[in-house]
Amino acid sequence: MMTDTLYKIYILWLRQIKRYFRSRSRLIGSLGQPILFLVALGYGLGPTFAKAGQGNYIQFLAPGVIAMSILFTAIFSGIEIIWDRQFGFLKETMVAPVSRFTIMFGRSLGGATVASFQGVVVFLIAMIAGFRPELGLLLPAALFMILIAMVFTALGTAIASMLEDMQGFQLIMNFVVMPVFFLSGALFPLDGVPTAIRYVLYANPLFYGVDGLRGALSGLSHFSLWTDAGVLVAVSILFVGIGAWLFSRIEV
Amino acid sequence: MAEPHISVKNLVKKFGDFTAVADVSFDVPAGSIFAFLGPNGAGKTTTIKMLTTLVHPTSGSILVDGFDPTKNANAVRHSFGIVFQDPSLDDELTAYENMFLHAGLYGVPRGETAGRIKELLHFVELWDRKDSLVKTFSGGMKRRLEIARGLLHTPAILFLDEPTVGLDPQTRNHIWEYLKKLNKDRGLTIFFTTHYMDEVERVADHVVLIDHGKVIARGTVGEIKSQAGNTVTLEDAFIKLTGHAIRDEEAGAVDQLRQRARAWGRR
Repeated sequence: MMTDTLYKIYILWLRQIKRYFRSRSRLIGSLGQPILFLVALGYGLGPTFAKAGQGNYIQFLAPGVIAMSILFTAIFSGIEIIWDRQFGFLKETMVAPVSRFTIMFGRSLGGATVASFQGVVVFLIAMIAGFRPELGLLLPAALFMILIAMVFTALGTAIASMLEDMQGFQLIMNFVVMPVFFLSGALFPLDGVPTAIRYVLYANPLFYGVDGLRGALSGLSHFSLWTDAGVLVAVSILFVGIGAWLFSRIEV
Repeated sequence: MAEPHISVKNLVKKFGDFTAVADVSFDVPAGSIFAFLGPNGAGKTTTIKMLTTLVHPTSGSILVDGFDPTKNANAVRHSFGIVFQDPSLDDELTAYENMFLHAGLYGVPRGETAGRIKELLHFVELWDRKDSLVKTFSGGMKRRLEIARGLLHTPAILFLDEPTVGLDPQTRNHIWEYLKKLNKDRGLTIFFTTHYMDEVERVADHVVLIDHGKVIARGTVGEIKSQAGNTVTLEDAFIKLTGHAIRDEEAGAVDQLRQRARAWGRR
C-alpha cells in the first residue's frame, strides 16, 4: 500500500518534470529576469554598494536572485492547477483512486524539483556574472533551495485551489509574489531599515530562505543556518498542510 | 432482468436553494447500454458526478458495482472508467504518456501496463500516433484516446457524458462501433448521455429520461415512444415529453463556486 502511494507520487512528479522540460519557451523565458537583475542591479548598483562599505554586491545579490527565480517558478508551478482545471485534466486526477493529499503532494514535489533546478541554473549564470560562492557549504545551499521551492509551490497550490481562472493571477503577482520578493532582503541588507519593516521581513518565509542561502554561499547571514532551516521546514509543513486542505475542497 | 450494476434510489442534490436533482431513482442492468437523457439543465451531469464520486448527494442512496460512492469512493473509482463532456487529457503529454499516467494512478500492475496500453491503442487505432503530443490530435482522436484510457484499468462500467458531441457522423459511427464491440465482447456496462436521439435509437437497451431533476419516462426506446403517444422518432417523443422551451445550460461546479464567492463577498 505504501509503495503503491509512493509510485503514484512518482507518477505525478514525473508529469510535472516532463511538462517543464518540454516547454522550452518557459524554461528560457524564466531565465531572462534573473539575468536582468544580476546585470542591471549587480553592475549598476555594485559600485554604490561598495562605496557604502558593504563589500562586493554580487556576492550579496546572487543568493537573492537565485531565491527569486525559485520563488517565481515555484509559485507558478502551484498555480498551474488552474490550467489543469481549465483544460479538464484535473477531473482525470480527481476521479482516480488516489487521495487528494497524494495528488497535491506529488505535483508539489514535481513543482519544487523544477523550481530547484531553475535555482541551480541561475546559480551557474551568477557564477558567469562574477559570483564566487564559498564551496564548502554547497550541500546546505542545495537544501535551502529545495526548502524555498517546497514552501512556495505549496503556497501556489493553496492559492490556485481558491481561484477558478487565471484572471486572479495578476492580483497574486502584485499582492503576494512581488511583496514577498521585495521584502525578503534579497536586494538590500537589513542594517538600518526601520524596525517596522524589519518585523515584516521576519514574518516573510522567503527572508529565511534568502538568509540561509546567503549564509551558505556567501557567508553573510543574520541568523544561524539552523534557525533558517528550522523556520523553513516548519513553514513548508504548514503550507503543504494548508495547500492539501484547500486542494481537497476543490470541486470540479 | 440481470442484477443491477448501478442502483440509484431517491437521489437528491441541492446547491444552496437550487435543486439540481430533485428525486431520481433508476437501475442500470449489468452488461446493458443505458442512455440517460434530458434537456440541458435537467440534472444529468450532476447525477453522473454523484455516481462517479465527484459530488456528494444531499440525500438518497447510490450503489455502483455494489459499492456506495460516499463511503467507499476508491472501490467505486476502480470500478468505472469515464469520458467527460469536455476533454480531460494532458495536451502537453503524448498519447502513450497519458495512458501511462492513468495506469500509474489506477495501480495497474506494472508488468501488464505496456501490454494493455498497446492493446487499447491498437483497438482505437491510435497506436501509430502513440508518441505524438495530444495537442496535435483532432477532436475525434482525443475522444478515442479518452475511451482507451477509460478502459485501461479494466473497469466494469464506462460512463460517457456526451461522448460524440462536436464530432462528424463518420467519427460518431466509429466511436459507437468500438463501444458496441466492448459491450458485446466484454460485457461492459455503458452509461451514456447524449443529445443525438438517433444514436439512442440505434444502441440503447434502456433509456431513462429526466427533466427538472426528476425521471419523467423510462423503458426501452419503443416503450418511451409509446409513452409519448406512439411518436415516430425518439426525438419527437423527447420533445413531446419535455416541452418546446429552450433550456439554459446547467451551472457547473465552477459557476456554483463563482456564485458562492459572490455571496461571500456580499457579506
